[in-house]
Amino acid sequence: MNSDILRVQDLRVYYHTPAGIVRAADGVSFLLKRGERLGLVGESGAGKTTTALAVMRLIKPPGRVEGGRILLGDQNLLNLSSEKMRKVRFAQISLIPQGAMNSLNPVMRIQDQITDIVKAHDGHFSKAQLQERVCELLKQVELRQETASMYPHELSGGMKQRVCVAMAITLRPKVIIADEPTSALDVVVQRQVMETLRKLQEDLEASVILVGHDMGLMAQFVDCVGVMYAGKLVELGSVREVFKEPLHPYTQLLIASLPSLETKGFFKGIPGLTPSLLNPPSGCAFHPRCPQGMDYCSSRVPSLKEVSPGRWVSCHLYEA
Amino acid sequence: MYLNYIIRRFSMFLLVIVLAVTINFIIPRLMPGDPVEAQLATMVATGAGYTMDITAMAEAYRAKFGLDQPVWKQYLSYWWDLLHLDFGYSLANYPDTVAHMVTSALPWTLGLVGTSTLLAFAIGTLLGGLLAWPTVPRALRAFIPLLMIASSIPYFLLAIVLIFFLAIILKIFPAAGSHQFSAILRFDLATIKDILHHAVLPATSIIVAGIGTWALEMRGMLTGILGEDYITLAEAKGLKGDRILLWYGMRNALLPQLTALALRLGHVVSGVILVEVVFAYPGIGYRLFQAVQIKDYFVIQGTVLLLILSIAFALLVMDLIYPLIDPRIAYQRR
Amino acid sequence: MTTTPGRIRGSVRALRLNLLLTVGLLIVVCLVLFAYLGPLLTDAKRAEIGAFKPKQRPSSEHLLGTNTQGRDVLAVLTLATPQTLNIGLIAGAVGIAIGVLLGLISGYFSGPIDPIIRVGTDVFMTIPAIAILVVVATNVRAVNVVTMALIIASLAWRLPTRTIRAQTLSLRERGYVQVARLNGVGDLELLVKEILPNLLPYIIACFVATVSWAILATIGLEALGLGPQNEYTLGMMIYWARFYGAILRGFWWWWAPPIVMIVLIFVGLFFTSTGLDQIINTRLRRAV
Repeated sequence: MNSDILRVQDLRVYYHTPAGIVRAADGVSFLLKRGERLGLVGESGAGKTTTALAVMRLIKPPGRVEGGRILLGDQNLLNLSSEKMRKVRFAQISLIPQGAMNSLNPVMRIQDQITDIVKAHDGHFSKAQLQERVCELLKQVELRQETASMYPHELSGGMKQRVCVAMAITLRPKVIIADEPTSALDVVVQRQVMETLRKLQEDLEASVILVGHDMGLMAQFVDCVGVMYAGKLVELGSVREVFKEPLHPYTQLLIASLPSLETKGFFKGIPGLTPSLLNPPSGCAFHPRCPQGMDYCSSRVPSLKEVSPGRWVSCHLYEA
Repeated sequence: MYLNYIIRRFSMFLLVIVLAVTINFIIPRLMPGDPVEAQLATMVATGAGYTMDITAMAEAYRAKFGLDQPVWKQYLSYWWDLLHLDFGYSLANYPDTVAHMVTSALPWTLGLVGTSTLLAFAIGTLLGGLLAWPTVPRALRAFIPLLMIASSIPYFLLAIVLIFFLAIILKIFPAAGSHQFSAILRFDLATIKDILHHAVLPATSIIVAGIGTWALEMRGMLTGILGEDYITLAEAKGLKGDRILLWYGMRNALLPQLTALALRLGHVVSGVILVEVVFAYPGIGYRLFQAVQIKDYFVIQGTVLLLILSIAFALLVMDLIYPLIDPRIAYQRR
Repeated sequence: MTTTPGRIRGSVRALRLNLLLTVGLLIVVCLVLFAYLGPLLTDAKRAEIGAFKPKQRPSSEHLLGTNTQGRDVLAVLTLATPQTLNIGLIAGAVGIAIGVLLGLISGYFSGPIDPIIRVGTDVFMTIPAIAILVVVATNVRAVNVVTMALIIASLAWRLPTRTIRAQTLSLRERGYVQVARLNGVGDLELLVKEILPNLLPYIIACFVATVSWAILATIGLEALGLGPQNEYTLGMMIYWARFYGAILRGFWWWWAPPIVMIVLIFVGLFFTSTGLDQIINTRLRRAV
């Protein structure tokens, strides 16, 4: 219990739109240990980014956190005042955003955007000290010192992403949430950025939540992986076990769809369409597309159960 | 690259000047008959009496304008005169030159109108920024329909209403003029007080009616910007609200807001001309009005030309400043 | 939602969602009714010089009093409003027609014509309208409603040209236009069949804005005394009121009604225009 840095319990985030209520995250629960790397994987619209943003309390209207607890240590983040939560952001939990291209302020120099973070949490540093910290950070993400006085439009995509990584580690947070940090980059740069992230994270002994839809990337980077579908967590476990023996039919199809260098043949997709979060299917949300569906899958919602230590599945197949 | 930009921008400026001068030159000559004679006749008809000898003046003008010469020669000599800052003589106030009449009016316009317009822009922009921020108290939202109405009222109509209530009924402020009629202008406290006292109503009309446009413009722009990814990250970074609003939000809206000012500058100037007229404030606008009343032809021409030149120049300056404000522009090949 | 009651319900909901447009249209409709039905119900003789005792305050007999020339102000207001609206509409129509033409040509055809039109429009937009209009108006001998409209129209095309050009530029790159081009559809047919219909919402929004500007320009000119001398318009009402010192002498019933009417016109047109812009933008967002 002591090494649990972050505990998310039954998180519900609903968006109240004119067309109805969209259940973007519907009862998500997971644990994050110190130094652990957790991956949240799923299709677009599965609720991964919503969960990540909710942990930092960045959900904006018409979205609202309807229920659940987010425990950082012993503190429920959802109960904090906005000023206290502001202090938590980037100091305890930081974010590497999706699309670094648009996440940097176009009219501010890189160094100012980094020193902003320090100044917003602790204003007692001199200009020289701040400058030094910026130099340090840029070195850690392997960027040249000249980058500090540049503007975002002068940097390449990979450089901008590294700046975001540097900003995320500025205050040595306990948790780093990386929201598809490499989806806009080419494979080579992707690998470099992930390597840098891994090294930094290990140095800091920080935990990482990596949100994405690239199973291959997950396999290389994370310790634990959680599979999300239609706003719910359907499987959770160590990355080895999940890949070797996926339990949930959705996970099985996901892994089967990964191309491999050994086998030659046709790509296997997952038939059907992503479910609407406005009008989700009754019972288990995956049942319309599930090849192993049973009668009561369409009427009863399965719950997330621990079928063996550290291994969780939400599927009627495993309800003894 | 910046040099390229400057050259292109400056050429545009020159183009505007050439076009304005040419239009100014062509239009009166499209009318049949001798323009000078016709002008003098109309002036006499509208009762602008003067003691000078009409024929002598007509002779002076005709010689000056070389109306017997081919049009292209007239055009060139027109340019020649302009470049020597010779805008001709006022018909009504001969031998007062147009240049002198204009330069005596200019300080009033710049002082009153320039300051009020800038104030309206500054206050309106800040107000608009506040109104776009989501955590602003509901009570402030009530301003929005008021601002919409304010932006629809022409400056000078508001001026008339203000004059009626504050100058005629309540008699707090003077109804017209820039200073006491009989006062001699000296650089002392009493004169300054007097000038300020007279400037309140005109300034208020411009500011109150002007705030609406800028506030709504800024609010619209900022609402769009607040949806951008870098605002989300700024909040994720744990920055304080006011820092995000000012440095991440409004700072990015500043450039488009200035562009909006540039686009509307002609419109703003039109508005303030009418305000001067309503208050009989002795600036460029009022000069233009007086000249129009008695058809003092050359004053009209000179004033209009000056207006066009000032605006073109202001826009040139703004365009040259943009790259300094927004670092992206200097690098764009436009 | 193809049934009639479904369509009606849909439109009602749309109107309610867009409060701005609804209120704006309401104001405009009331103004139009007043402006065009009013004169039919008013005796034009009441508005002539010397019809009544001058300088009377508003009373049950003269709802808005009489001015220094002995005209019944309400009668004058009723006759002046449509004239002002007419100038705005004519100038707006001419301005939009020219603007659409120039904008389409400039935005669609590449080659030398585009920069010429673009630079020309930009140059004309820098110049304050009042300056040019004053010069033109001083040189015209007799000004009536139509002449006034034409003088204003000489500059009313600026904004539409710029707006329509921008929209044409973006529409030109749309998929269906490219496909039509590849299919060998001629330019003229493309413009008329593909582009023009999609420009329609912008043209309408732009028309409203142009009419608004035209009325503003008219009133500005008239306030300087350069309007129609022998016909009633709102701006001239204000001019004559100032000319006879109505403001200084406190005859508020002479200048206040036209001001109120003008403000109503502008507020109505502004709300309508902004409301239309909102609808166009949401439609754009949903379409994309």
